[in-house]
Amino acid sequence: MESFLSRYKNALVLVTVLLVQVFGLAVQVRRPAPDAPDGRGARLIRYWVMSLIAPPERLLHATGGGIRGIWSTYIDLIHVHDQNEKLKAEIDRLRLEEASLTEDARQGQRLQGLLGFREHYIYQTVPAQVIGASGTEDSHVLIIDKGAKDGIRLDMPVITPDGIVGKTREVFDHSSQVLEISDSTSGAGVILQTTRIRGVLRGSAWGQPQIVNVSPDDRIKAGEPVVTSGGDAIFPRGLAVGTVERSVPDPDGTLMDVLIRPAANLSRLEEVLVITNMGDQIPGQTQLDIAESEQQKASDILAERLPSREDANAPQGQQTDELAGASADGDVARPIRPPAALRPDVFTPGYTPPAAGMTPGARLGRVLSGEGQPQHAPARQSAPVTPVPAAAAAAAAVATPSNAHHSEPTESVHAEQPEAVHKQQGPVLVHDYSGATPPQYQHPAEPRSVSPAASAAKPHTPATPPSDLHPASKTTIIVDGPAERPAAQHKKPAPPTTPATPPQRGY
Amino acid sequence: MALLASTRREADQQSFPLVVMLLAPLLALGLQSFVALHFPPFDVVDLPLLVTIYFAITWRNPLSATVAGALIGIAQDALTHHPLGVFGIGKSVVGYLAASLGVRIDTESHGTRLLVVFASTLLHGGIFWLLQHRMLAQPLVWSWLREIVRAVVNALVAVILFALLDKTKRQE
Repeated sequence: MESFLSRYKNALVLVTVLLVQVFGLAVQVRRPAPDAPDGRGARLIRYWVMSLIAPPERLLHATGGGIRGIWSTYIDLIHVHDQNEKLKAEIDRLRLEEASLTEDARQGQRLQGLLGFREHYIYQTVPAQVIGASGTEDSHVLIIDKGAKDGIRLDMPVITPDGIVGKTREVFDHSSQVLEISDSTSGAGVILQTTRIRGVLRGSAWGQPQIVNVSPDDRIKAGEPVVTSGGDAIFPRGLAVGTVERSVPDPDGTLMDVLIRPAANLSRLEEVLVITNMGDQIPGQTQLDIAESEQQKASDILAERLPSREDANAPQGQQTDELAGASADGDVARPIRPPAALRPDVFTPGYTPPAAGMTPGARLGRVLSGEGQPQHAPARQSAPVTPVPAAAAAAAAVATPSNAHHSEPTESVHAEQPEAVHKQQGPVLVHDYSGATPPQYQHPAEPRSVSPAASAAKPHTPATPPSDLHPASKTTIIVDGPAERPAAQHKKPAPPTTPATPPQRGY
Repeated sequence: MALLASTRREADQQSFPLVVMLLAPLLALGLQSFVALHFPPFDVVDLPLLVTIYFAITWRNPLSATVAGALIGIAQDALTHHPLGVFGIGKSVVGYLAASLGVRIDTESHGTRLLVVFASTLLHGGIFWLLQHRMLAQPLVWSWLREIVRAVVNALVAVILFALLDKTKRQE
């Protein structure tokens, strides 16, 4: 027996080593899911190896980065003047863009708040240096220099400004492994941005991500952007993934696989961001904007658009611009209103000034100072009277004809409106809130009044023939838009002598 | 190209400092990870495998070479998302065979080393494919052309690397 062992010692050791490893493989493969974390033993071994490999790699990375920094800084100094000029021009251009984009973004956020729609915002990220890779072709794993001590946890999304990279797979104290989206064992929920086709992004054996098992669709074209759908509960929705490269039939031949060119350069990664916290908490100014938007009721929004809200006799203190009030209170969340358009309902060619003539920040300054608001704003600073509640104004505006003819101010509106209308440049949208006629455009040449004489002179409302109109059944019209109106127009209508009968509607 | 076995006495007269024996595998793993990150085509080269082969043919002790191959392979597995043991098994077998071969033929010449590394790389690739694709049912593409290119590149790199490692040998 002893001679057998000594004779076949080497072979026995080899067989033993192989059996131990095969047994270890079998134990590891028995995990409940392929993506499940390793067992304690395997994790311990990975931890030891990472502890041995990561510090020298970190040192190598730092040294290499220092040398690269010195070199690139020296090279950059040669062209620094030209670059400076280009950057200044770029800053000027970006400031112009920022001024308009800020308004658009805030408006969009307010509207989101009104709709009750909560986007998952990226709340907190941890920047990390990529200090290593798996070093093998078939394993697309990166090693980053941040770990559990830095707030990294398992299955956290890893991104770059260009697009997603992958997710954390193994997390140690000061380093982590990142499984790239190009690895064959990775997966992410994605959506094609244009066609809105959803799918699952998987890596492949040759390292190219692909959306698998997609129904054949002619609309899928090369170059279409692909973004995350958020359905995998790992990546927040809307992050860039890449672009469609081409579609190929899947091995079964019934469905298709869409090959994706990743947006992030996965083979040249140096810095990445690990998203450590996602939530619907929207920070700072945005939260305040949305909260304000949610508090604004629909009736207020309607009343804000009604001309009767602007009472010519309202006291100056009570009709003060919201912006001014907000400034006095120090409320940074006041809404910024864009300058009023000449014609809010139609496009005005040539109204937008050329970019070359604009000053960065000037538009924002005009908005903050109240310039560009509707031209009838000075009417607010007239004699003090009790302000008309918006709802009451709206009710008066849609009052029944029997009430309308008692109201003298209403008469004056009809008498003076055509003159005001002539000052306008384009067609004006006219609403008939009694429901008798649909909203229509009136052109400046046309009389604004719907009195019988005017209607008979130029009929433009097919739903209400002139013959049906009667002096006693005038319809009050509400003009939408910043048209100038005389002060008498804004007077509170006289109370009805008889209780108004609510219109009977059969819903 | 001499395929004659060198004398056992010559082999026994050569040894490595402990620092080299510990640092060489670690450096191979670290460089493999670091260089492949900044130069992706470098992952064709398998530095840990080359170090395993070098120690195997230099020690000419199958037992030590098997254990060293297993340890280096498991350490390499730890840097990937494979289950631990895929590279370990491959390098154990390669280490054992290379050491067994080193007893019988002269592995000091460049030509022999070229052939040994070429064959060992192909064998290692085959074992890896067998384990990964057949045993673990993981997607893996096998291409003869790619494996041969990989074996040639590794053989060429090995000639240079082995010459460098020869400088660290200590004559007793």
